[in-house]
Amino acid sequence: MKLKINLGAISEPLQSENFKTGDWGTEWAQVDKEKCTACRICEQFCPEGCIEVKELGDEKFAVVDYNYCKGCGVCASVCPQEAIKMETKEIFKFDAY
Amino acid sequence: MRYFGRGHGACPGCGLAIAVRNVLNALEGKCFVANSTGCLEIISSQYGKNAWGVPYIHSLFDNTAAVASGISEALKALRREDEGKVVVLAGDGATADIGLTLHGMFDRNHDVIYICLDNEAYQNTGHQQSGLTPLGEATTTTPAGKLQLGKMGRKKDMVAIALAHGSPYVATSSAVLPADIRRKVKKAASIEGAKYIQIHCPCVTGWGIEGKDVVKVGNLAIETALYPIVEFENGKLITARKIRDRKPVEEYLKLQRRFRHLFVDPRGREIIAEIQKIADHNAEKYGLDLKKD
Amino acid sequence: MPTEVVWMMKVVRGFYSVAHAVKLCRPNVICAYPITPQTEIVENIAEMYANGEFENCRYITAESEFAAASILVGASAAGARTFTATCSQGLILMSEVLFNAAGMRLPIVLVNTNRALSAPLSIWNDLQDSMALRDAGIIQLYVENNQEAHDAIPQAYKIAENRKVLLPFMVCMDGFKLTHAYEPVDLLDQSLVDNFLPPYKPEAYLTTKKPLAFGCYAPPHVYMEFRVAMQNAMERAKSVMRDVFREWAEVSGRNWGGHLEVVHPDAKFFVVSMGSIVGLLRKVVEELRKEGIDVGLIKLRTFRPFPAEDLRKELSSAEKIIVLDRSISLGYEGNLSIELKSALYGFSAEIISMVIGLGGRDIPKEFLKDLIKNAILGKEGSGFKGVKEFEEVIP
Repeated sequence: MKLKINLGAISEPLQSENFKTGDWGTEWAQVDKEKCTACRICEQFCPEGCIEVKELGDEKFAVVDYNYCKGCGVCASVCPQEAIKMETKEIFKFDAY
Repeated sequence: MRYFGRGHGACPGCGLAIAVRNVLNALEGKCFVANSTGCLEIISSQYGKNAWGVPYIHSLFDNTAAVASGISEALKALRREDEGKVVVLAGDGATADIGLTLHGMFDRNHDVIYICLDNEAYQNTGHQQSGLTPLGEATTTTPAGKLQLGKMGRKKDMVAIALAHGSPYVATSSAVLPADIRRKVKKAASIEGAKYIQIHCPCVTGWGIEGKDVVKVGNLAIETALYPIVEFENGKLITARKIRDRKPVEEYLKLQRRFRHLFVDPRGREIIAEIQKIADHNAEKYGLDLKKD
Repeated sequence: MPTEVVWMMKVVRGFYSVAHAVKLCRPNVICAYPITPQTEIVENIAEMYANGEFENCRYITAESEFAAASILVGASAAGARTFTATCSQGLILMSEVLFNAAGMRLPIVLVNTNRALSAPLSIWNDLQDSMALRDAGIIQLYVENNQEAHDAIPQAYKIAENRKVLLPFMVCMDGFKLTHAYEPVDLLDQSLVDNFLPPYKPEAYLTTKKPLAFGCYAPPHVYMEFRVAMQNAMERAKSVMRDVFREWAEVSGRNWGGHLEVVHPDAKFFVVSMGSIVGLLRKVVEELRKEGIDVGLIKLRTFRPFPAEDLRKELSSAEKIIVLDRSISLGYEGNLSIELKSALYGFSAEIISMVIGLGGRDIPKEFLKDLIKNAILGKEGSGFKGVKEFEEVIP
């Protein structure tokens, strides 16, 4: 198939969403939904925009999109309820010799 | 609708990305972004990987204020001003060093919100000194050595420059104050003319900090009075973020690799004392210290 | 020539012939920085603007040519029809932006009032400034007189804005020699220009209705394709320009020719040059022909895209070609000569490359006539002409 290029390198909006950055970090954020008060502070701070307060049934709490979470830990550092913990991904866990 | 897409290429914990998301949210996406070459451009505008959900243009490193002025004037000529606000997102190097077109934008007072994302060096290319690099910071072009201990000279006072141009709205903020960013951007959007907002953006790689410490370090810049959070309308100081118990600058400096040499080299003490003087001066100039009862 | 075309001749200066044509093209954003000998163009435009003669238009006096070009990048990307004028140091100062505008495929139209480059500082005329922009991806058209400059403006917009082209367009007119000269010019009629040049309606522009990103960077896997696309656009511009030139001849009653104008196409010897010097060369050639010398003239109008095929066709049987350059690629030779030699590679014609008139050095008719005559007779070779003998000293 022929490559299509946009004149002048003009790009369509929000194409970055096709590129998953969830495998960048060694950790990712885990939300304790019992502690979460859905205050949305993490939402405002997340550099990626990948933690969002969602309503699931009658519960409302922050949900991390692991397709994009780079594991920076900013959300965990600002959570007033300490409801977010950074956890090492399974593949990075290994036993020390 | 997202205004700044996920999947962008910023380092984990990037302060600049926090700031940008809040700027765009404050304007509810009703804006035109003109972006200079630099970190933000590189992480967001690769052909085919565009992260922007708002109309965006990157032209060059040194001309973003002029490009934005052109958009603003075109919208006026074409009677499309209602479509949105014109916003510059430029780095500190693009603003304080190479961005010579900034003074023309201020001078003619084009209707533009100029936002300087200040991570205090050319971080995209690996941490070179800019006009907004503070005293004592070791960068790759002002390294700490036998003769010099990092940058000698001061951080350029862009706020004063913007004020001297008669800008109707000048403010500083920080990536660690998202609500403050949103309020100031909304306020700027309500005022006609060339506005200037400088946002302190912690940089994990350049400053040598961890993502989890981004907010802590950003807050310490404010709590030491090294980064005064102020707001001017028509040249008059209208708000200044008060500090309850101002911390010594060491507390801020010691957390960052870029200042590490100041604690290793015995001459570092003098530099730290100089930096403390800057903080004291800021606190006095803007009345940052909360009076104790 | 259609009978309904009535020419309204008026004696005006070169500046005004440009300013008036710009107004008729209904630009939305005009931005410039004054520089001799362009100044009166922007002064005339400013006066018209101050008097409310422009509709849906903003005129901005920038703080530098660099800013002026940058403002137009923003304006053009936002969907505005744009204009600027500059020359010399101003054009060089713009160059970073102009290379960028070409790559972003923005159809900015500018007039360059050709002037020498510093140092030494010279406000006088030669073609060195626009030659330095040769590789920018900007269309370059050189005009002979102020009527041609006047007519070139609407044509420039029509060519630049054609979706097959979408490149900046630079009309090059000699500083002082044309800009300051009073000449009778048929000032165009608004309705003629309106019928010829449709309003600018770009297909992609900055708008919140469809948030596109302009000026994205291209990694190695895709950069080259964008540059090839620019080259293709330049190639396509050749035929678009021919069509527009032809259409202009029909609507205005003035035929300026194609990429070249050839005088005495069957001649044995040819003089090739660009710009206002062609006016003088027309006379010189006729006088030489009266003396029995079979010499013809090629006026090169389009320098970029370079009409190599047209030149090969017209010069296929020439025995000797004299190229008169008013600029030089220091370290090599006259710019037009370089291009022509490349275009005529494999031809047997002798090419004599002469550099004259740098920095406004006078080019009297008799001097020019002797040069050409002697070159044809084999008594004059390539090199700088009209230069005093000198010795270099360090004070």
